[in-house]
Amino acid sequence: MKFEMPESLKKTPQHYCPGCGHGIIHRILSEVIDELNIREKIIAVAPVGCAVFGYLYWDFDTCEAPHGRPPSVATAIKRTNPNKVVFTYQGDGDLAAIGGNEMLHTANRGENITIFFVNNVCYGMTGGQMAPTTMPNQVTTTTTQGRTEEDGYPMKVCELLSNIDYVHYLERVAVNSPANTLKAKAAIKKAMENQLNGKGFSLVEILAMCPTAWYQTPVESLQMIEDTISKAFPLGVFKDS
Amino acid sequence: MIKLMKGNNALVEGSISAGLDAYFGYPITPQNEITESMSVRMREEGRVFLQTESELASVNMIYGVAMTGKKALTSSSSPGISLMQETISYMAGCELPTVIVNVQRGGPGLGNISGAQGDYFQAVKGGGHGDYKMIVLTPSNVQEMYEMPKKAFYLAFKYKNPVMILADGVIGQMIEKVDLNELAKYPDEDEVFNASDWALTGCKNRSSRFIRSLIMEEGALTEHNYKLLEKFNKMEVEVDFEEVSTDDADVVLVGYGTSARIIYDAYLNLRDSGFNVGYLRPKTVFPFPSKRIAALADAGKKFMVVEMSSGQMVEDVRLAVLGKSEVQFYGIPGGGVPEVETIISKVKNMM
Repeated sequence: MKFEMPESLKKTPQHYCPGCGHGIIHRILSEVIDELNIREKIIAVAPVGCAVFGYLYWDFDTCEAPHGRPPSVATAIKRTNPNKVVFTYQGDGDLAAIGGNEMLHTANRGENITIFFVNNVCYGMTGGQMAPTTMPNQVTTTTTQGRTEEDGYPMKVCELLSNIDYVHYLERVAVNSPANTLKAKAAIKKAMENQLNGKGFSLVEILAMCPTAWYQTPVESLQMIEDTISKAFPLGVFKDS
Repeated sequence: MIKLMKGNNALVEGSISAGLDAYFGYPITPQNEITESMSVRMREEGRVFLQTESELASVNMIYGVAMTGKKALTSSSSPGISLMQETISYMAGCELPTVIVNVQRGGPGLGNISGAQGDYFQAVKGGGHGDYKMIVLTPSNVQEMYEMPKKAFYLAFKYKNPVMILADGVIGQMIEKVDLNELAKYPDEDEVFNASDWALTGCKNRSSRFIRSLIMEEGALTEHNYKLLEKFNKMEVEVDFEEVSTDDADVVLVGYGTSARIIYDAYLNLRDSGFNVGYLRPKTVFPFPSKRIAALADAGKKFMVVEMSSGQMVEDVRLAVLGKSEVQFYGIPGGGVPEVETIISKVKNMM
């Protein structure tokens, strides 16, 4: 097998930190889009956060939404352009904090869109503040003594959305090892196929490394997902109906 | 076809005639007839209607539709419009054509549900962040509620910018005769509405595109702002106003929307009593008829500005007049309605 750049990925150096999960996720997402031959039908919605620059790296039509609002933007694009393939790519601050309401109601309407939810348990772009998904006792720039009970408990988006009737597919994956990354790619592909088959709302939560904000080496951050984060956020399928 | 209709309902028919592709809205008084009527009419027409979970969702949905070059509108009333300001700023930054309707109610805060004109600053001076302008149209009768959506979409696409229809609860709720005949076509509208060279439609047979307002490269955002400023300056040619009997007037009454109807009564009354007064009604408040008002000030006319607010548009009149002539203000904020008798006595005092 010849190892080539996906057509859906521009040949541009990315700004992400060493060891960051976004580069891997951009890559497997682009591979899926190529494999499904849907690059020319994609209208993607980038978030506010580290992945806001997705449009510089993806070689398909992309827009940027205000913080937390990608599900609303995607809903409108899909409803007025049902033949396009519409996905949002959102971080945990964007989706689970400021965009919690849009997430819930987009799921509740069973919109035929796909959400890729990159959970790195912090606000990366703004310098590593606490997110709703931050681990108990995790040190961030706004929880310098570690996240306490007063700061809330890690929010489990897949578990939360699994109670919504019109949600079609929810899976949590990780990109901290080759084996997990292959599973993540399979989940991304399935979520895209669901939209192509008109199945309705699909969300794939992807646990991703943020060594910079975790004050770790890239290798330590892979282990952190294995040992800690995937214990609080178990991998697996939460809904497939 | 002539019908008796509420302003809010006329706006729905006018939007549909203008080729609206999608409507998104959230309940708030006094504009609920728009959302309710859209729910029936858009579905009848096979177009997109969605009642959203919030005004934030609504405004971001019209933002999304505009990305694809289609026509989308949302409507709300004052508090809901406040919630939308962030995304209106994004639309200006991204250069997206959208139409937002504000059927103003009393404020600040939750205020009340009476018609009011307290959102002029928000609409005209940029309620959202950053340096931007929005074309603002001000209907003052039900016929204009029918006709202005088409004009709003035309201007939105011509300038690739959000346009606001700044109505008020009185105009929205008022029932009047309206002529629902087909709206006139703009000579260049096919070209103006053609978004194929910029919209996101999937990258088939062309390179991929992106639309964004995040511009981080050194100096690039300054350049972007200058480009936008040049566009905002060009909008000046769209200024529109109605003017009656200003030639021999000593005092010119100025008002928009519902206030314009009130000053018109005062104007007729004063003329009947032999006072030389004129009437000027801005139909756009951005761009504002500053040049015309300046010319009238240069000719020695005084101004009486009437608003359903504590005094907002009057600041633009004063800026146009630049101290060259007398500018008086009479307004009632909080959902109150200025009285014709009071206007008459105040104008007489200026004579």
